[in-house]
Amino acid sequence: MAEITQDGAREHLLSVKDLKTYFHTSAGISKAVDGVSFTLDRGKTLGIVGESGSGKSVTASSVIRLLPKTGSIESGEIEFDGKDMVNISMSDLLEIRGKDIAMIYQDPMTSLDPVFKVGSQMIELIRAHENVSKEEARKRSIEMLRLVGIPEPERRMDSYPYELSGGMCQRVIIAMAMSLHPKFIIADEPTTALDVTVQSQVLDLLQGLQEKFGTAILLITHNLGIVWKMADDVMVMYAGRTVEHASTGELYANPLHPYTWGLLDSMPKLSDDEDADLKTIPGVPPDLRLTGTCCNFCNRCPYAKEICEREVPPLNEVAPGHFVACHLQDGKGGLVRGEVNR
Amino acid sequence: MAATENKGSALGVEAQLEMVRRERKANNAWHKLSRNKMAVVGLVIVVVMVLMAVFANQLSPYDPNAIDMTNAYAAPGSEGHIFGTDNYGRDLLSRIIFGARISIFVAVGGTLVGAFIGVLVGLVAGFFGGLLDSIIMRVMDGMMSFPFVLLALILMTILGQGAINVVIALGIGNIPYFARVVRGQVHIVKNEEYCNAERVLGASPVRILFTHILPNAMSPIIVYFTLNVASAIISEAALSFLGMGITPPTASWGNILSGGRTCLRTSPHIATISGIFILITVLGFNLLGDGIRDVFDPKQKQ
Amino acid sequence: MAKTILKRVLQAIPVLFVVITATFILTRMVPGDPAITMLGPQASPDAVAELREQLGLNEPMWKQYIDYLLGVLQGDFGWSTSYNGDVMPLILSRLPATLSITMTGLIIAALVGIPIGVESALHQNSILDYVFMVVALVGVSMPIFWLGLMLVLTFSVNLGLLPAMGMGTFSNGVWDVVSHMILPVFCLATIPAATLARISRSSMLDTIGTDYIKSLRSRGIKETLVIWKHAFKNALPPIVTVLGLQIASAFTGAILTETIFSWPGLGTLIVNAVNGRDYSLIQGTVLFTAVVFVVINLVVDIIYAVINPRVSYEGGGQN
Repeated sequence: MAEITQDGAREHLLSVKDLKTYFHTSAGISKAVDGVSFTLDRGKTLGIVGESGSGKSVTASSVIRLLPKTGSIESGEIEFDGKDMVNISMSDLLEIRGKDIAMIYQDPMTSLDPVFKVGSQMIELIRAHENVSKEEARKRSIEMLRLVGIPEPERRMDSYPYELSGGMCQRVIIAMAMSLHPKFIIADEPTTALDVTVQSQVLDLLQGLQEKFGTAILLITHNLGIVWKMADDVMVMYAGRTVEHASTGELYANPLHPYTWGLLDSMPKLSDDEDADLKTIPGVPPDLRLTGTCCNFCNRCPYAKEICEREVPPLNEVAPGHFVACHLQDGKGGLVRGEVNR
Repeated sequence: MAATENKGSALGVEAQLEMVRRERKANNAWHKLSRNKMAVVGLVIVVVMVLMAVFANQLSPYDPNAIDMTNAYAAPGSEGHIFGTDNYGRDLLSRIIFGARISIFVAVGGTLVGAFIGVLVGLVAGFFGGLLDSIIMRVMDGMMSFPFVLLALILMTILGQGAINVVIALGIGNIPYFARVVRGQVHIVKNEEYCNAERVLGASPVRILFTHILPNAMSPIIVYFTLNVASAIISEAALSFLGMGITPPTASWGNILSGGRTCLRTSPHIATISGIFILITVLGFNLLGDGIRDVFDPKQKQ
Repeated sequence: MAKTILKRVLQAIPVLFVVITATFILTRMVPGDPAITMLGPQASPDAVAELREQLGLNEPMWKQYIDYLLGVLQGDFGWSTSYNGDVMPLILSRLPATLSITMTGLIIAALVGIPIGVESALHQNSILDYVFMVVALVGVSMPIFWLGLMLVLTFSVNLGLLPAMGMGTFSNGVWDVVSHMILPVFCLATIPAATLARISRSSMLDTIGTDYIKSLRSRGIKETLVIWKHAFKNALPPIVTVLGLQIASAFTGAILTETIFSWPGLGTLIVNAVNGRDYSLIQGTVLFTAVVFVVINLVVDIIYAVINPRVSYEGGGQN
């Protein structure tokens, strides 16, 4: 998990160590990602969960080195498939992007160039990475479209993106992402912009293709429900730091961080009786220019003690493979959900 | 609870509020403008030129119309005349200072006239829509089809020369630009929720027009006004340059420049200096207009 | 798309009608009696009356308007008194001279201005960007007639390198033609180049920030392709619009530039027509330029619809 095991880093497809990505704004330095570590193995899925501004998307952008101009990786290591992604050359990076690592963004309707046809964008992608003829690339694109369940793929090749529905667009994007059989896909809120009915179809499709091609997925979402369905491991982020990291089963059965509890409480459950209110976490996430000297959750945490305002909590392994960053939580009943000690 | 007790800590209420305050200050229109160096330069230029025009009587060392044939075509720096003299021996600095008065008055006046009529026309077209809108906008398109200087040239032929007529000519030429901007804004604002709500509540169209739509259209109007003053200064100078604007002996930057053209080979300072003043002033208004637009345009937040 | 084009063409017709009518009204409002202007102030009242009859000036206004309208539709713009000839052939004979400098100027402006704007956008907030944008701002603030005079002063009067006025002829060699064109073309290219640089920069900045550009980069597409194939094509519509406006307003520039450089084109023709109170010629030249403007705008809108498939889809073409 957070620590590299004795088997060595080679075992992992992706390993990120103590990543710090800051944004330099006119009003100060914003610590968007402030010391995050994780690993991901081939064919596995890691879910990163958190509110907007927690640093989950910035973590993903750091991995493929597509940060906005104001952002930069301050320190840390990112190793993908044996390659140092922090000090990689631009030409190597261009080769990896799209071929070994594919990216799926939140809004499918804005992820395709509106003035080029779907087909021409798919062919462009294939030909950017492989030396094949236009006809060959076209044939493969049509196959991919068929594979993701798009009816009349030949005709869709000549459609402009605006002529497709959101769900259809996301299928095209998944087809593009998969068309070069990448080792790794980063899916940044892949279903947030879609209708609820289409959401599960798209997730099923993604899962099916993952099994078929053995692709690893970094799934970024604010929706724990998607994580239960898709992920092998879960990392909960808050204000640029990891607050809890465990296997999906462990986290589901035994969540330990007060913030994770808050997230779980704010999820609608089928078993809830209709009168029960959805709980929300009071307060707002901290300004990222102020974080880094205390537990970032201390001002919203109902359990917070004096130490929480004074020291940054380390990420401790409180149970095998279960990491929590909380001063009060030792995993042995040090802090119990729902018991406010004062 | 904890949240109320950690006032002093890094994430306490005070610290977060301070950040909000800083943010708000940084986004305040005046602060944004004052941080935009180019806009500040523009503002300074505009203020200096306007002050020069207003205090022309106090500032100019000579009577701008005092002829001294013995001292004609004096080069810049010759005794008592920093910018030299023109073909009648009139002090060029004094004529430039008084020229500022006419040039800026005519440009601002012409744009004001155009803005006033254009805004009304745009409001009417946008608000009532339908056939009236179509007719008005086709007429505006038609007006815009004439090259600006050409239209002004014809209007000056009809009206005759003189400062007020230049104001009218520039004003007429400016109408369609404002009408289009305002009409577009009205269309955007008209469909917004609060306007519909007001209408349901029975507010009169005129009331909606002036309390909701006009204030919302104000920022593009201000931007256009500033930028159009800049081009009006050039247009006045162009008309005077073609001999159809402000007639001598009244000094305007355009007719000083026009006079300088005839003696370009022997006394280039007349055309050079008057043109520099036109350029700097136009630049000032353009810088200011760009700056104001950046402040109003939320897209340019960075 | 055909529907969009048809709609635009239908929209242009009333505009043309407004233009034709406005030109008629404006010309009738110019003070003075055309007959007296033609014959001179010493002419006898009888001769004036006879000429007025000949010119149709005694007809009622509506009759004159109908005659004018029928004439215009047949390409008959009337008789120029100062040049003693039909207005239309006169305009057409002056057109090549004007087109040669305005079109050359615009092509140079596009070739210089657009890449500068794109480069500026790619290096937003760099020193290069600031320098380009300050230069562009000075460019759009430039009084074109002053620029012309300064060019004459520097390159003709002081350095003696280039001729200050007139048009060259090929019988004197190619250099004669080119050297006469350099200063007027420079003059006419300055403002369009600066304007195009500014719009290209802001339009590119808008597109570079979009999700699909980020998406393309995440797919490992080469940066040159991302910029010049994808971003530029998306940024093109406002640039084309401004280019169209610049073509149309090149005429204003031509009036001033031709006056400075004594260039025998449409610009000097108009100034002479106004100064000589040559009513038919004023009417003809004004109408001609306005119609050209409307037609160019129409063409620009059609190009716009072709390069941007969303236009017909969204049913609009503004901005």
